[in-house]
Amino acid sequence: MNAKILGALGALALLAACSSDDASNAAATGAGGSGGLAGGAGMGSARPGSQEDLVASVGDRVFFDTDSTQVRADGRSTLERQAAWLARYPQVSVYMEGHADERGTREYNLALGQRRANAARDLLVASGVSGQRIQTVSYGKDRPAALGSDEASWAQNRRAVTTVR
Amino acid sequence: MMTTDRRGLILGGAALLTVPAAARAQGSSQGAVIDITRARTDPIPIAVPALAGGGGRGADIARVIGANLRNSGLFRPVDNAAFIQSAEAAAATPRFQDWRVIGANALVTGRVEDQGGRLRVEFRLWDVLPEQQIQGTAFTAPAAQWRRIAHLISDVIYERLLGEKGYFDTRIVYVAESGPRDRRTRRLAIMDQDGENNRFLTDGSFQVLSPRFHPNAQQIVFMSYFQNTPRVYLFDLNSGRSEVLGQFPGMTLSPRFSPDGRTVVLSYARNNDANIVAVDVGSRSQRQLTSGNGLDVSPCYNPDGTQIVFNSDRGGDQQLYVMDAGGGGARRISFGRGRYATPVWSPRGDLIAFTRISGGQFGIGVMRPDGSGERILSEGWGMEGPTFAPNGRVLAFYRESQARGARGEGYSARLSQIDITGFNERQIVTPTDATDPSWSPLLA
Repeated sequence: MNAKILGALGALALLAACSSDDASNAAATGAGGSGGLAGGAGMGSARPGSQEDLVASVGDRVFFDTDSTQVRADGRSTLERQAAWLARYPQVSVYMEGHADERGTREYNLALGQRRANAARDLLVASGVSGQRIQTVSYGKDRPAALGSDEASWAQNRRAVTTVR
Repeated sequence: MMTTDRRGLILGGAALLTVPAAARAQGSSQGAVIDITRARTDPIPIAVPALAGGGGRGADIARVIGANLRNSGLFRPVDNAAFIQSAEAAAATPRFQDWRVIGANALVTGRVEDQGGRLRVEFRLWDVLPEQQIQGTAFTAPAAQWRRIAHLISDVIYERLLGEKGYFDTRIVYVAESGPRDRRTRRLAIMDQDGENNRFLTDGSFQVLSPRFHPNAQQIVFMSYFQNTPRVYLFDLNSGRSEVLGQFPGMTLSPRFSPDGRTVVLSYARNNDANIVAVDVGSRSQRQLTSGNGLDVSPCYNPDGTQIVFNSDRGGDQQLYVMDAGGGGARRISFGRGRYATPVWSPRGDLIAFTRISGGQFGIGVMRPDGSGERILSEGWGMEGPTFAPNGRVLAFYRESQARGARGEGYSARLSQIDITGFNERQIVTPTDATDPSWSPLLA
């Protein structure tokens, strides 16, 4: 529960950071429709093809074990759903952001986050999304989603997040 | 001695009267001049009364000198309240018994003369027991640069009494951090080594990390997320302009200049690997130095530019490796318990400092370039990123405190410095949270 709230907060913060891009996405995706998507409880007004829609419909992030860059099984199904969602909105391009927890050094974690972003990107591509639509970026440990210094927070922060460009 | 730095500041250091050989030979047996290997346990008692003249500036300069010497841990400035002879009288003629009885082995005197916007500062360093002058020098500089004069004098005192170069006339570039950690603002900032003259170099509209000085101290290489693309940039301190260093289709990070300043070595992350690449600053030509599986990051040259130490997980977890500067021949040097990262080579060549993560603790340590003689200098919940002072005697790094609450309450990041013996750790005060320090070479 707590994790979901934090996830949504993280997505909103990112949205705020890219608000000018969202306007063009909104114009482009107006006809897409979200009729078939069931996951939007409480977020039923999400604009189709938007970040809120992605979060509400299929989830925007996958998580990693400590020091691992392997997408876990639960993450694989999230990425498959993301691929299906992206197939519905072919004009949407995304960033795949890689992140790490705070228990590593900054520079190594940047490289680790890049590897996580690539692992998630590769699974989207394997599910049919064109690599041209995905730009990877790593923030290492420098943009945590959860701010606590504890195992639960670190688990939230070892992640790859898909954000609509 | 006459030196000119690149901003046109002219610091004339004119010798007043020096008796180097005699004073040092005699001093080393009974006076203030001592062997640095003994210094840690036996800081030199030194009196630094206000320099005469200058309308209070002489007192300011003496205060900065005293603070520098005290902060080094190798000197113990005598309390001003104990002084018997007045500063003014001492500047004319020291009465050595007055300084001897309050326990001072060395004495600094001097005079400040305001020459219409420029200061001429004459200073003398005395060995109190044999009653001899060790050094006499005059510096001239714009009045606004009085702190630099104090740092230059501090360096002369350090060098004459300890027998090796000081590190006070230097700056530290770092990342100034503010705001909650999930929406952090990170700006390039620069300050004197004592935390004074702090100045922000970027406005915070884009994130920056990992600034490092050029050997001429006038340029900085750093990583930025400008336009959401993590790349390495050069920043010129005179013009305030930055430019991207080379076109890479992936992320470039952890840059560092070669000792001659002609090359930047960095890590280039693409697909599932990160490799070490050397970029020629003039031609921008690239040369890949490592390849294959593993994340190779945080490269750093040795002082003569023939070898590079870096951090790699090629063997399974993060360890330190040394290779030839042209690439190839990488051999692992770290074999202790835990993961090793952020290696930096001492300007003296004798040590490599690093971050170690072991048993849930972070630590700053040093080892010899062959991996022997490992010592952890400081340990705690979070710390990383050591950088050597130009004389190789002191390290700066950043220390993080653990968040106590779910919103990150209690988290902080602050700069520390510590002697390479592991003694005298102290915080460098900054206006905001601070990370990623890089120590400049001596400026003059």
